[in-house]
This record gives sequence, structure tokens and C-alpha cells, in this order.
Amino acid sequence: MDPTAAKMIGAGIACIGMGGAGVGVGTIFGHYLAAALRNPSAAQGQFANLIFGFAVTEALGIFSLLIALLLLFAL
Amino acid sequence: MDDPIHQFNIVKYFTLGHIGGHEIAFTNSALFMLIAVAGISLLLIGATRQRSLVPGRLQSIAEMSYEFVADTVRSTAGTEGMRFFPFVFSIFMFVLFINLIGLIPYSFTVTTHIVITASLALMVFLTVIVYGLWRNGLSFFKLFVPSGIPIYILPLVTAIEVMSFLSRPISHSVRLFANMLAGHITLKVFAGFIGLLGAWGILGYAGAVLPLALTVALTALELLVAVLQAYVFAILTCIYLNDAIHPGH
Repeated sequence: MDPTAAKMIGAGIACIGMGGAGVGVGTIFGHYLAAALRNPSAAQGQFANLIFGFAVTEALGIFSLLIALLLLFAL
Repeated sequence: MDDPIHQFNIVKYFTLGHIGGHEIAFTNSALFMLIAVAGISLLLIGATRQRSLVPGRLQSIAEMSYEFVADTVRSTAGTEGMRFFPFVFSIFMFVLFINLIGLIPYSFTVTTHIVITASLALMVFLTVIVYGLWRNGLSFFKLFVPSGIPIYILPLVTAIEVMSFLSRPISHSVRLFANMLAGHITLKVFAGFIGLLGAWGILGYAGAVLPLALTVALTALELLVAVLQAYVFAILTCIYLNDAIHPGH
């Protein structure tokens, strides 16, 4: 196979991993919203935890994006 | 269609000198960093000059940003973390202003270059290591050995903790970089559709309303992302600093 084509296909496959991060981020915000509607007074205190969980989950999607970017532009 | 990558070009204005065979030049990146720093200085110095008891509009912006960051630092890193407040506040305001200035059409977003975000993330990472070792000595390494873990899976957990600690500067820098890069490319691609459809005459004008509306909506989304990513960068800085101050889990 042509190496350039293989890189492009590899970058596309690497991006599938971002779907998992999408599921994770959606779960985090969905559960936060559900919990916030049950107990709105406690919601504000958990905002920092929400953002931290979001950031840590998003990092995994970003790693797969990083692999895709490395394949396309750096390697 | 215009190239959506064109906006990230570094343009050299003039050369400042040479260090070890490398050219040190004043670029548009440096210019926009100076604009951001000047904007922050003007806002904060101008807002606190009067120091009225009932704050005006400008003064309440400065007070709100101070209180916001101070609350974040206090709630994540404790009162002892407040000695890092100037550091976190500088990082937050710098990233926020750069992201917001980057949304102005024809301007340059400095954080779309990984060298800038990586420098900021490495600064935080090295601060955590140096301060953690200086304050706690060797008990800083308790960070990697969580308490209350059964002894037979402890080596595995420790290896994972070390890996996640070492990958922090990567995720910290790439998160900001990738979000800003992807957002600005998307914005320019959709803006490019307007010009593309507009070239088709009267039918194209009617069709171009759709990408125009989408561009407006995306700009609003990017405004949210710009503020959110600055906040995420600052809060992760606080959480990492908290590990340096209180390394035991």
C-alpha cells in the first residue's frame, strides 16, 4: 500500500477513539444535569468536579486526535 | 474557497537578533501576545484606579474575575494554594484574553500553536514537581502510591499513576491547542461556504443564508469554548498544584 494512503487511513481509524470520549462527556454532563434537577441547591458546589471530570474524559479523546494529527503532519 | 489553514500562518515583522544560530523574530504571534498583556493591564489598572466602595461597571469586571479565580483556587487547592493565586490568575487571564481576541475576524489566535500551550503546560508541570519536592521532600512520591489499595495490585496502580502524571503536560497543552485549532478551522470552513454559494448568483444568495446563520451560531459556540477552555486550563492548574501541596491521596 502507498505509505501516504496508509497514513490517511490510520488517521481516520485513530479518530474513531474520539467517539468514546464523546460518549463519556455526554454521560458526565447528562448525569450532572439529572442530579442537578433532583437537588438544584447542591449543583453549584459540584461544578468544579464536573469540569474536572469533563477535562479528564476529554483528554482521552484528545490523545486519539493527537495520534491522527501526528500521522497526518509529523510522521 | 480560501484555505482555512491560512489564518494560522506566522508572519515575521522584524528580526530582534540571533541566539545560537536561531533567529529571534518579532512575529504576529508575539504582537497578539503583547496586545493581550496590554489589554489585561489596561483593564485591571484602569478598573482599580478609582477604588470606589460601590464598584462601577469596569471595576466590577475586575472584582468578579478576581473573585472567580480566587474561589476556584480556594476550593480546589485549599487556603495554602492561595500563594499560587497570582500564577493561576495570570494564566487564566492570559489564555482568556488570547482566546477572546482570536475570535475577532482577521486577528490571530496565539493558542492555536502548540508551542505556546506546551510552554504554559510545561511551566505548570515543572512548578508542580519543583514545589512538590521542595515542600514535601521524598514524601512527594506518595502521590504515586494511593493508600488503601491491596498490596497485590499496588505495583500496577503505581505504574498507572506514574503514566497519568507524565501524560499531564501533553493532555493539558493539547486540549487547549486542539480545541482552539478545530474551532477556528470549522468557523472558516463554514464561512468559506458563504462565498462559494454567493458566486452562484441569486439562487446562491438564498442558499448562503444557511451557512451564514450557522457561522453566527458557531461564533457563539466558539465564544463559549474560548471562556470554558481558559477556565479548564486554570482549574487543571489548580488541581495539579493541589497535588504538589497535598501529595497524599
